[in-house]
Amino acid sequence: MTRKQKRLAVIGGGVGFLLAAVLLVMFAFSQSIAYFYVPGDLKKTEVPPGTRIRLGGLVEAGSLERGAGSTVTFVVTDTIGTVPVTYTGILPDLFREGQGVVAEGAFVAGSPVFVADTVLAKHDETYMPKDVADRLKAQGVELGGKETIR
Amino acid sequence: MIIEIGHYAMVLLLATAIVQSLLPLAGTMRKDPALMAVAPSAAVAGFLLTAFAFAILTFAYVTSDFSVVNVWENSHSMKPLIYKISGVWGNHEGSMMLWLLILTFFSALVAAFGGNLPERLRANVLAVQGWITTAFALFILLTSNPFLRLDPAPGEGQDLNPVLQDVGLAIHPPLLYLGYVGFSVCFSFAIAALIDGRIDAAWARWVRPWALMAWSFLTAGIAMGSYWAYYELGWGGWWFWDPVENASFMPWLAGTALLHSALVMEKREALKIWTVLLSILTFSLSLLGTFLVRSGVLTSVHAFATDPTRGVFILTILVVFIGGALSLFAFRAPTLKAGGLFAPISREGALVFNNLILTTAAATVLTGTLYPLVLEALTGEKISVGAPFFNLTFGLLMLPLLLAVPFGPLLAWKRGDLLAAGQRLFAATGVGLVLAAIAQWSHGGGPVLAYFGLALGFYMLAGAVTDLALRAGIGKVSAGVARRRLFGLPGSAFGTALAHFGLGVTLIGIVAVTAFETEHVVEMKPGATVEAGGYTLTFDGMRQGRGANFTEERGHFTVARAGASKGEVWSSKRLYTARRMPTTEAGIRTFGFSQLYVSLGDAMSDGGIVVRVWWKPMILCIWLGALIMMTGGFVSLCDRRLRIGAPQGARRARPVAGLEAAE
Repeated sequence: MTRKQKRLAVIGGGVGFLLAAVLLVMFAFSQSIAYFYVPGDLKKTEVPPGTRIRLGGLVEAGSLERGAGSTVTFVVTDTIGTVPVTYTGILPDLFREGQGVVAEGAFVAGSPVFVADTVLAKHDETYMPKDVADRLKAQGVELGGKETIR
Repeated sequence: MIIEIGHYAMVLLLATAIVQSLLPLAGTMRKDPALMAVAPSAAVAGFLLTAFAFAILTFAYVTSDFSVVNVWENSHSMKPLIYKISGVWGNHEGSMMLWLLILTFFSALVAAFGGNLPERLRANVLAVQGWITTAFALFILLTSNPFLRLDPAPGEGQDLNPVLQDVGLAIHPPLLYLGYVGFSVCFSFAIAALIDGRIDAAWARWVRPWALMAWSFLTAGIAMGSYWAYYELGWGGWWFWDPVENASFMPWLAGTALLHSALVMEKREALKIWTVLLSILTFSLSLLGTFLVRSGVLTSVHAFATDPTRGVFILTILVVFIGGALSLFAFRAPTLKAGGLFAPISREGALVFNNLILTTAAATVLTGTLYPLVLEALTGEKISVGAPFFNLTFGLLMLPLLLAVPFGPLLAWKRGDLLAAGQRLFAATGVGLVLAAIAQWSHGGGPVLAYFGLALGFYMLAGAVTDLALRAGIGKVSAGVARRRLFGLPGSAFGTALAHFGLGVTLIGIVAVTAFETEHVVEMKPGATVEAGGYTLTFDGMRQGRGANFTEERGHFTVARAGASKGEVWSSKRLYTARRMPTTEAGIRTFGFSQLYVSLGDAMSDGGIVVRVWWKPMILCIWLGALIMMTGGFVSLCDRRLRIGAPQGARRARPVAGLEAAE
């Protein structure tokens, strides 16, 4: 190979690698992005079963029920809509009825129940998940005092 | 009164930093040595002032002086002393003080150990450090002042977030900042060289120790943070691809690339422009990380409080420094002379390959981290980019690099022989495959891919050993000579081998945990048992306990294997009284490199409790590997040829070469 051909090969290899990386990133985005919804959104838009989403809102007071083993069910509300959620595992320390929560998971075909595989609550007593607080505030829900983000 | 003295020291620091920013620069422009000589004194004075202010803040914490807002918000008189001290940086203001302390510390180090640097370069470097110090001193004084008072002073403080009340807080942030902020020196060297428009191999030799030091600390800091999150949060995970973790991981990736490209520049004068750009990018990513973590755009345990003015201020610093540096780079880079040529298959070629992959990987992580923020700012749509994205992209991108790691050191500079290197790695490949096969035979089950991952890890370990063995000539010369040669090898050879070995160890840990960990979520009543990783856990019941500032419910378990007792483990749910905040303390029992991890859930109405048990095979390898990498960095740093004061000795021995270096 001449020097020019060598240089072309190196540059071509580098550009090819970058191109592959860009395609990979785009593919991964299309596969793994989870959109954020509050229950009210789900009245307007249909989320196909199996699509991963993050569902945020308040845990409806009195809705927490413990089933067999470590399965729990609760209802997430944003005062406009409600969604029943089931989750198997250990709830975070700061999970409380009437407080903010974000559940990650998907709907199962033929059922209104949202199956969560991850449940996130606040990081400490003064915070509420930012996404939830923003949306609830936008919908005019009173969060009151210390529970809002500072 | 004493608090006000600390406050005043910060104001003096700002003044000193402004002097340090301007006078040395004027000195290099007017070729005035007296003005240039201001730089080291100003840098040392700046460090002493910051250290003094920091000590006063620490004093306020230790004496629980709640008339200081910052202490009242984040401390409590009942808190154990160690958390009173580490709590100084367990909040936004204090953490920025630590940032500044470490920044001025590095400036002082450059001043103290930079005696062998050309006068102009040293003056310029310290001036740039002065700009950064000025920006952050202003930030602290204007938006995040820890010395503000409360009147009347409350009787008791609000306590520190219980999650942070751990020895991890004493270790993780200082180490992380030593790494993060350490890269500021590389940044300053790059800007100084661009201001002067001159750069040569000697520049790389001066920058590399700083990059190595920062990189070693950052490696340890990230590993420590990962282990802390693992045992403290009680979720059993060791890496969450959380934006805050990514914020520290991106500078690490870029810094690793910088270490390797500086090597090419030092030895072969090639990749000059690229190395300068990487120095700028690495610290820019550190600044970006500071912005992401400190501005409150992210909700996380690191975002102590959100205040929009702070976010805007840091964003301004970010834009000015990164934008300014890149503009200067674009303006000056074409005037820098390109360096030596090399064939694609060569040590240089391998290092370019390393840089290509590491920077692409860093860019991928950056995309995944920023995309949700940008999308929300532009469209208001909220999305999350989670672990699946990063695992897929980052994992696939790193694979070719991991395969290539053992090849790099075996290739010759300028023109290497891939085939010969491959033949030398024949044994290493064999070792990798055989060990993976043994693992498959003894363990059985699990995905086939995992065994290839393990084989790759073992191959990297064997490859690192092969490199040292070949350098010492083991097998070719007599044992005595080989031994003498091995111990005569330069520190950097050991450093390289250790760092690459550590990477292999980490990889083995990651693969083993990802593929073979088992998780059991069960409801247990006293006397119930659960099996995990071949061990039997018996639940003995709950006990009450109390600490200095919390009460706890402890679940006790006995561990047994094949009937023989292997000790006890306990896990607890704590309630911190000051904030009424519950936390989960995981119970961890270590067996070799593997761990049993027990976390308590909610109590059931019938007297049982939900227990989550993980078997984490080889998990300690993840952090052990990082520590080995760090050790590699420090061993390399001890290399005589790299030692910051070394050129003096060399100058005496070889006057001509010495003059060139000092030029």
